[in-house]
Amino acid sequence: MIRNNRLVKEEYAANFSDIHPPFETRDAALVDANRCLYCYDAPCTKSCPTGIDVPKFIKQIVTGNLKGSAHTIFESNIMGGGCSRVCPVEKLCEGACVYNLMEETPIPIARLQRYPTEKAIAEKWQLFEKAVPTGKKVAIVGAGPSGLSAAHVLARAGVKVTIFEKEAKGGGLMTYGVAAYKVTPEFCAEELEYILSIGGITIQYEQELGRTIHLTQLRQQYDAVYLAFGVGLARRLDIPGEDLDGVVDALKFIYSIRSDGYPAVPVGDKVAVIGMGMTAIDAATQARRLGAKEVTLVYRRTQAEMPCTEAELNLAKTDGCRILWLAAPKTITGYNGSVTQLTCSEMELGSPDHSGRRSPIDTGRTFELEVDMVIKAAGQTPFESLVEAEGLAHKNGRVAAQTNLPGVFAGGDNVNGGKEVVDAVQAGKDAAAAILKFVNHG
Amino acid sequence: MANLQTDFLGIKSPNPFWLASAPPTDKQVNVLRAFEAGWGGVVWKTLGSQVKNVSSRYSAVDYHGSRVMGLNNIELISDRPLDINLKEIKECIRLFPDRAMIVSLMADNDRNSWHELIKKVQDTGAHGIELNFGCPHGMTERGMGAAVGQDPDIAKLVVEWVMEAATIPVITKLTPNVHSVVPTGRASVEAGSNALSLINTIQSVTGVDLDTLIPNPNVGGKSTFGGYCGPAVKPIALKMLTTIAQDPVTSKVPVSGIGGVSTWRDAAEFMLLGSTTVQVCTAVMKHGFRIIDDLCEGLSNWMDEKGFQTITDFIGKSIPTLTHWEDLDLNYHIVARIDPDKCIHCGLCYIACEDASHQSIRLTQGQPYNEYAIKEDECVGCNLCKLVCPVDSCITMVEQRVGPEYLNWKEFQRRGLPLNDH
Repeated sequence: MIRNNRLVKEEYAANFSDIHPPFETRDAALVDANRCLYCYDAPCTKSCPTGIDVPKFIKQIVTGNLKGSAHTIFESNIMGGGCSRVCPVEKLCEGACVYNLMEETPIPIARLQRYPTEKAIAEKWQLFEKAVPTGKKVAIVGAGPSGLSAAHVLARAGVKVTIFEKEAKGGGLMTYGVAAYKVTPEFCAEELEYILSIGGITIQYEQELGRTIHLTQLRQQYDAVYLAFGVGLARRLDIPGEDLDGVVDALKFIYSIRSDGYPAVPVGDKVAVIGMGMTAIDAATQARRLGAKEVTLVYRRTQAEMPCTEAELNLAKTDGCRILWLAAPKTITGYNGSVTQLTCSEMELGSPDHSGRRSPIDTGRTFELEVDMVIKAAGQTPFESLVEAEGLAHKNGRVAAQTNLPGVFAGGDNVNGGKEVVDAVQAGKDAAAAILKFVNHG
Repeated sequence: MANLQTDFLGIKSPNPFWLASAPPTDKQVNVLRAFEAGWGGVVWKTLGSQVKNVSSRYSAVDYHGSRVMGLNNIELISDRPLDINLKEIKECIRLFPDRAMIVSLMADNDRNSWHELIKKVQDTGAHGIELNFGCPHGMTERGMGAAVGQDPDIAKLVVEWVMEAATIPVITKLTPNVHSVVPTGRASVEAGSNALSLINTIQSVTGVDLDTLIPNPNVGGKSTFGGYCGPAVKPIALKMLTTIAQDPVTSKVPVSGIGGVSTWRDAAEFMLLGSTTVQVCTAVMKHGFRIIDDLCEGLSNWMDEKGFQTITDFIGKSIPTLTHWEDLDLNYHIVARIDPDKCIHCGLCYIACEDASHQSIRLTQGQPYNEYAIKEDECVGCNLCKLVCPVDSCITMVEQRVGPEYLNWKEFQRRGLPLNDH
């Protein structure tokens, strides 16, 4: 049965507490900071999509220059605070740490990054100077990581920025699409406020491209436009029973956890989560943490092909989620309009597909799972009809960073199809550089 | 199991580890605990004219997450009454007759004061006397401590007074706050000192508090120069020790080595450069007397591995290998070699060589790991890359002689051989 209010207050608090708690004291941070070798042309930095100078910011923690350390991080990644909580560091900076090559524990870079950035945000350190106003105006669609990152770079350069956001809060998927035990909605609000504190950035909420605003109008009113509206539509499974009650979209599920409060969010007794990406893990673990008795992750390939990291997989396992490899959803069956059963096809791996991963092939055998809730986390699709309607050239809904329209730029998930927060931040920086070149030199 | 028995001018101790004259040796309760722990001997904290110590006495230099790389103190000699000290010394000797009991002294600057003090100390049954000619703070203003050690003539005079009264071995402790320890060392030996010990602490200011802007240690808003010791001073002590070991006069007497000895390895190095015993203080101030276990066990295991049965088998063994620069072989040439299997791609060797040495390491870009290799033709064999490499034996220095025969600088010049052209 799907219901809310399964736990008591203390249980919710414990289940959704910070999964990577910060260093309690400077001494504690120094134990790890001092282990850093201060590599030259460091592999960690080269593995960060935003290229944060990791050895430098760690050295600055050691020397007691915390403002400098925060500046080093934010200079490359204005969402360095949020990224320190949500980045899959095991496949980025920490995964590249040279200590791994010595079979030693890598430097806890994310946790160290959290140390100065958290202080900077809490104490509202102003670490950047703004150039004199240039008189230029740029519109940004979407107040997610990519839009905010671009906005900050542009604001620093003296450009007046207006962001149009369709939700009631900024932060995009950081605010609405990540497990609450990684980053709290409160932190997202503080981080947003910190980014905006540079000045010169206005956000107009509940303004949606294609509905309340249109590209033609933005192009007339602004010197340039940056499209950073991400992806949003959950990929349909296209199987019978997909519209039954109890079949929900993972992002909507996570969204309600983050906006409605934990006790209000309904969850089933027996939940199947379709997919094996970060969002699937976030949905599965949080379903368990909301009180679901059984959670099963269903994935059509094997562990070797899974998109999530091993650390994420282990998190799902320690939360008691069951994993079914080589299982593809075939039919969802219901009773009185509600989900009762998920039928899966047993798969085997064939030859590699266009992604280079071996593609799953149906063996013809099936099995049933008794479930009362199915959470779909099989990826998101771009806003194809929207970009089409706004006159943007696209490829399956994805637009190019330099769009077909002069003065209109794009970046983040709506260009790359959906990657990490840190990739979106870098896309915002790249776009801002291109926009500055465009508005200042034509 | 190697024999650590030590004989220093007839003063016997079960091992060469003595506690230096300092707070750990200033009263019976400490010294008995030290002897129980296994220390071979103590040099009782300096007795002499009456003093009073300030509060806030120490300050330290930390390095890269490690506390007390160097320790600074502004404490003076013992501020306890002389008769209590003498009574306690006697009691310690009675309870541990097999341990060395040396008493450090610093009398007022006149013959009678020295004679009186020496007689009282000898009455306790102490085995030796150490003359504190090194204390760098407080006492110097009264013409004592380093004020004596810094002037060979005054040192000579005081040692002569001492020798008139002494019936037990006399060790003169030298100050490092001079351009060379040899002149005072010679003067002391010529005046009859039976042995030398070195080094005392080095004058220092350990740092300035960046909030209060007051140097440390802060004594009610002021500070003063102190004496620096601990691991940081060891290389300086080893150099000074070697100059004493190489001098024809001072090398005639046994030496007790002091200065940053923290481990058995440090002790072995001091002994290889001429120390018969070593004195320890800072390491004990940081960790307590319990470190004696590893000092003894480590030294003994090393001696077994090297085939040394007694400490006299290796004392001074490394002295002949320290020579003048002019005598070094210019045909000896080494080049670095990086083991690619051990390399962790940290790039520390590269940036050190590139920015600070001879641009002899080739960087090949990789994602995320760069490859690093030595340009052997450019490498001067400076060792810097090997020193900064965090992986043991990843970088080795390989001998590639320039010529087969020994060639020193004088011979090089005599033959008119060409200098570097870049």
